[in-house]
Amino acid sequence: MIHFIAKRLVAMVVMMFLISVAAFVIIQLPPGDFLTTLVASMQQGSDVSQEQIAFLTRRFGLDQPLYIQYWRWISGILLEGDFGYSFQWKRPVAELIWDQLGFTMLLSLATLLFAWAISFPIGVYSAVKQYSIGDYIVTFIGFIGLAIPNFLLALVLMYIGFRYFGQSVGGLFSPEYRTAPWSWAKVWDLISHLWIPMIVIGAARTAELIRIMRANLLDELNKPYVTTARAKGLSEVRLILKYPIRIALNPFVSTVGWVLPSLVSGAVIVSVVLNLPTVGPLLLTSLQSQDMYLAGGFILLLSVLTLVGTIVSDILLAILDPRIRLE
Amino acid sequence: MTTELPSAVPETHPRTKGDTLPTVAARNSVADDIAESDAGTVVDVASQWQLMRWKFSRHKAAVVSLWIVAFIYFVGAFAEIIAPQDPNRTSGRHQYAPPMAIHFFAEDGSGFAPHVHDYSFETDPRTYRKTFVEDPEKVIPIALFVQGDTYHFWGLFEWNIHLIGPVEPRQPFYLLGTDRLGRDNISRIVHGTRVSMSIGLVGVAVSLVIGLILGGLSGYYGGRVDHAIQRTIEFLRSMPTIPLWMGLAAAIPLTWDPLAVYFMITVLLSLIGWTSLARETRGKVMSLKNEDFVTAARLDGVSEFRIITRQLLPAFMSHIIAVTTLAIPEMILAETALSFLGIGLRAPVVSWGVLLQEAQNVNTVATAPWLILPGVAVVIAVLALNFLGDGLRDAADPYSHN
Repeated sequence: MIHFIAKRLVAMVVMMFLISVAAFVIIQLPPGDFLTTLVASMQQGSDVSQEQIAFLTRRFGLDQPLYIQYWRWISGILLEGDFGYSFQWKRPVAELIWDQLGFTMLLSLATLLFAWAISFPIGVYSAVKQYSIGDYIVTFIGFIGLAIPNFLLALVLMYIGFRYFGQSVGGLFSPEYRTAPWSWAKVWDLISHLWIPMIVIGAARTAELIRIMRANLLDELNKPYVTTARAKGLSEVRLILKYPIRIALNPFVSTVGWVLPSLVSGAVIVSVVLNLPTVGPLLLTSLQSQDMYLAGGFILLLSVLTLVGTIVSDILLAILDPRIRLE
Repeated sequence: MTTELPSAVPETHPRTKGDTLPTVAARNSVADDIAESDAGTVVDVASQWQLMRWKFSRHKAAVVSLWIVAFIYFVGAFAEIIAPQDPNRTSGRHQYAPPMAIHFFAEDGSGFAPHVHDYSFETDPRTYRKTFVEDPEKVIPIALFVQGDTYHFWGLFEWNIHLIGPVEPRQPFYLLGTDRLGRDNISRIVHGTRVSMSIGLVGVAVSLVIGLILGGLSGYYGGRVDHAIQRTIEFLRSMPTIPLWMGLAAAIPLTWDPLAVYFMITVLLSLIGWTSLARETRGKVMSLKNEDFVTAARLDGVSEFRIITRQLLPAFMSHIIAVTTLAIPEMILAETALSFLGIGLRAPVVSWGVLLQEAQNVNTVATAPWLILPGVAVVIAVLALNFLGDGLRDAADPYSHN
């Protein structure tokens, strides 16, 4: 087990390095660099001084070759938690990033739990009652859920809310709580706002998980040991709960590795539509205005956190299923 | 009906459910010759393709979807003719005009005379907002194959015939309403079909080439090559795709021409898209490379290249086609999402995602709900392609029974 975890951790470190390179490449991609953008914004009459430019040039080694720039950037992040400077907000990126990132991860994890909680019982039902009317309805809704782009679902829900309930759906807090300090009331307010983005982001993945659960369980239910158990006179509920579900659950858990990246992706785009205080809107504006240190910081952290989530799920799976450790 | 049709069953796949089907020993590859049993009775043998067709036709949703997909691609191919007008023609008088209804018979009862009603405007005295009301007095006769805006059909020749439109050119005719600049919604959706559906095809084609090569190498050679390619795939799949695409797409310079942007976007989408195809290919190659017929070919001294192209490729191609079909809708959804955010395709290119950008905030959707219709087109296309891919996947393995 320790060997397994160690192997995964080494792989994770390598992956993180690659991700940081990818994020850095994205920062470097737009024509011109950080400095030219700054100078341009200075010419537009904004208050960036000559000394500031000189300082930033030195700080990020903008006059140096690329690998030194990369080193300055990544070592700043690792050693000092300095993600660079956002020219658009005129603040260090690190100050801007954490709140949004926290809400994004909260939203993604909540959605993941939601998707599991919904898809597990429905998937089991759908498999046990294969080809029943309920199964067909679930399958059909599942297909629709996969086909609707989540931002479209968000728009439609917002439209329905606006048209028939006369309220704007969106945000994570009611106006009175937006700037209020944390309290139980605020937490409750957050929870009452969380479910719409949760449904919107989770719809497609829930549909997918239902299909996986159904297929897994159907595979198990046709195996001889189930027939044996039935012949022995075991009650149907116990029969299904005892072994088939436990085995069908493994692939279900292992899917977290790719469900999490797609949920984070979904959270980014849905947040733009629903105007949630998560990474989405800020990442989009930073990309559009080529505020590249901010964008790069977001992409880096989103990817790294996703990776950490995946590793945690890998380890959980290894605890759950001993066979995986031996591979 | 299908159960009565005799089918070929290869020796290597003994049927368990063989009570309705005669067990005919036929070769796995092509069994289109008529096999004769000892008694001299002729036994019909169905070819592999015939079996696949039967299997496919049993999946009703897939058959229906096949027609829908064919229809959508037909619309995309003949967009200029099917669209009633130029998708970029604006009309200052008809901003956010609601959809018009087609009336088939003249109001005075004089018989069949298809027409629509022009709008009258009512201006709200307080908000100055124009509201459109259909005015039964203003009759605009419509017909099939009428002359309208000129277009350059497939870049080949100039033409001005439109499938449906007002008899008198340039009269208002908005079946699905108009957008903020008074452009005809249905014409834009029809033209968007071409771009959105083709980006799926082009993107999948690129992914397929990369996926086949890398997946094939990975499965065929195994070992280090396999390890390296598998780690690359894992790496790409562990990244949240939308932020990655957003970063890369936003780096496309604004000055590029729309065609170059279109091409770049397809390449970006393929960057992730190839991974699933490579995995499928790898799995198939790994399971096939130790089959007897491959070993036999190898013992015969057949070259590696020939083994891959003549033995392996045909054996798993049908499966790959099915998986490819399932990859198209993902591409379409991704393009739609990026364009919707304003960092994918850009105007004047018209795609479903670009059109949905018009419907980005809820106030616009509340005033002009018809602007959400390109989204309906996306859903229909994606659903149909998913069902079609499902049916093809079943058909790719006609011997399985589930």
